[in-house]
Amino acid sequence: MRRLTPYLLALPSWMWLAIFLVVPMVAMASVSLQTGNAIDGYAMTFSFSNYGDAIGRYSTQLLRSLLYGGLATLAMLVIGYPVAYWIAFKGGTRKSMYLFLLLLPFFVSFVLRTISWNFLLSDNGILLGTLKGWGLLPADFHVLATTFAVIGGLTYNFLPFMILPIYVALERVDPRVVEAAQDLYATRAAAFRRVVLPLSLPGVFAGVLMTFVPATADPINAAILGGTSNTMIGNIIQTEYLTNLDYPTASALSFTLMAVLLVGIFVYARALGTENVLEAAAR
Amino acid sequence: MTGLSAIELEDVVKEYHSHGEVVQAVKGVTLDIAEGEFFSLLGPSGCGKTTTMRMIAGFEAPSKGLVRLHGQDVTNVPPNKRDVNMVFQSYALFPHMSVWDNVAFGLKQRKTPQEEIRRRVGEMLEIVDLAGRDKRMPRQMSGGQQQRVALARALVNRPRALLLDEPLGALDLKLRQAMQIELKRIQREVGITFVYVTHDQNEALTMSDRIAVMNDGLVEQLAGPREIYERPATPFVAGFIGTSNLLTGAATGGELKIGGGRVLVPGHDGDVTVTVRPEKITIGTEEPGPGRSAVRGTVAEVVYLGTYNSYAVSLADGAEITVFQQNVHDATATAERGDSVWLSWQAQHSYVIGS
Ligand SMILES: Nc1ncnc2c1ncn2[C@@H]1O[C@H](COP(=O)(O)OP(=O)(O)OP(=O)(O)O)[C@@H](O)[C@H]1O
Ligand SMILES: [Mg+2]
Repeated sequence: MRRLTPYLLALPSWMWLAIFLVVPMVAMASVSLQTGNAIDGYAMTFSFSNYGDAIGRYSTQLLRSLLYGGLATLAMLVIGYPVAYWIAFKGGTRKSMYLFLLLLPFFVSFVLRTISWNFLLSDNGILLGTLKGWGLLPADFHVLATTFAVIGGLTYNFLPFMILPIYVALERVDPRVVEAAQDLYATRAAAFRRVVLPLSLPGVFAGVLMTFVPATADPINAAILGGTSNTMIGNIIQTEYLTNLDYPTASALSFTLMAVLLVGIFVYARALGTENVLEAAAR
Repeated sequence: MTGLSAIELEDVVKEYHSHGEVVQAVKGVTLDIAEGEFFSLLGPSGCGKTTTMRMIAGFEAPSKGLVRLHGQDVTNVPPNKRDVNMVFQSYALFPHMSVWDNVAFGLKQRKTPQEEIRRRVGEMLEIVDLAGRDKRMPRQMSGGQQQRVALARALVNRPRALLLDEPLGALDLKLRQAMQIELKRIQREVGITFVYVTHDQNEALTMSDRIAVMNDGLVEQLAGPREIYERPATPFVAGFIGTSNLLTGAATGGELKIGGGRVLVPGHDGDVTVTVRPEKITIGTEEPGPGRSAVRGTVAEVVYLGTYNSYAVSLADGAEITVFQQNVHDATATAERGDSVWLSWQAQHSYVIGS
């Protein structure tokens, strides 16, 4: 009995996973292989060609999503690492306050935040309007409905999920170890490269995972900030599901995206040698 | 000892500002540590030992004063440009590097040729008895082994001085004693200056050439172990180093009347504080003859401590004196609790503090 206790305690979690993850996935997988139409309904025909058709039709958006997701992740890393570093090593007694400030915008809903960017960046809005009024920008300059706006929005919206895991990893680095490196003739830069950076890699790894996946799949930023020429795969899935009621295509696209992301993560984990990194940082 | 200066501190002060308050961790320390010397900084927790050490290593800049290494002013030189290495209180090994890479770190930073790195790291691991464990990660090693990795990592660079901040603090007594001998041997072998921080007086007394006893940010006494033990400069030093009896009073004609007897302090008059070590005192029932310091008291406590007995004797005026007596005969005590006894010692064993 005692040996079963841990399993019994985990039972609710297993059931939760089964009901909310496995069952819908199986259902979706089956839908992705059906044929038919919205009016007469869909029937299982094991038509694997759904996948080929969907990918063929939307390959542009799929690749664009990976590109935007990747660029946004890169931008988040470049912005987020120094922020995390600064809070962890220079934050002093105010660390919790800085972290709170970082999360403050996230008490507002995702959609609202993105719409507020829409206000900020609109062609004659607060920012651009003023600058144009001063003659600092040409009258036809615009940011909305550009690739830049979408990637900027993604970067802004997911940034904390990059910063937090890196912060946690840096926070655990013993300052004495950094001093030891400097004592052993390392310059500040060398101490960072050979000690701080390697010890923070598990945080970078987690941060990239936690931002790349949702950023790539995100439909909201492209919808609100991207206009018509920056459609991402998330928007397509949404439209196919909710507007066109083409469930097989939407399901096939979802699974394709998932497969691509999983393969990507796997390759990435291999390339970074996560196991070694995680093990080393575990101490 | 060659007599040349390895490390000089000149009136060094370190202030920290925390919560709007100024804390003086070091209040004006002057030291001159000779090349090849085994020098200890000894003192209670919080007295400023680590802070002093960190200013020598270059992790903290002094608020006032000068730091010189081998004659050169390094007060504003960063740690990576100072030819001293530090062994940290908590070892601070690189957790993501193997033992070998930890030890090779300093040599790699100095762009030493591969071949030489291989040879020197190998030799150093021999010296600290860790050959064959070079592929282990720090977390796979015991405290004593980690301590030796930390030592090897510093020594392999052949610094001109090695700074050790309570390097044995985390080890158990047996290992600690073994490592004390080991450290002493290594120091003799490599012949470099060791600056050793400890709050363990026995460790400082057995290992050091000279000791600076620190208290509350200041050096109370700087001398050899014997001198510090036998001739403490201040009541603090007398109390901190070993067990010590302190007797105070006004002396007249080279004699201090106390506890129904006398303490001989030739050449002293007026208010004095006298110390006498517990092992120098003889306990007996007969009044000793003249020429010895002698006081009367009642035995308040007898504690059997294996190789010796410890007596606590209360004098008539309330002072308490501790006496150690070797168990040379049988283990039977010379005096019992409640006995009225004479304590006596040779005049030369009273030491007037500050004289
Ligand atoms: N960064 C700091 N900020 C404020 N006060 C400090 C700082 N570092 C040390 N102090 C204070 O300075 C004093 C001396 O500290 P230090 O670490 O040098 O003591 P120590 O002799 O090494 O003690 P221990 O034996 O406990 O290691 C202490 O009162 C400590 O609280
Ligand atoms: Mg200390």
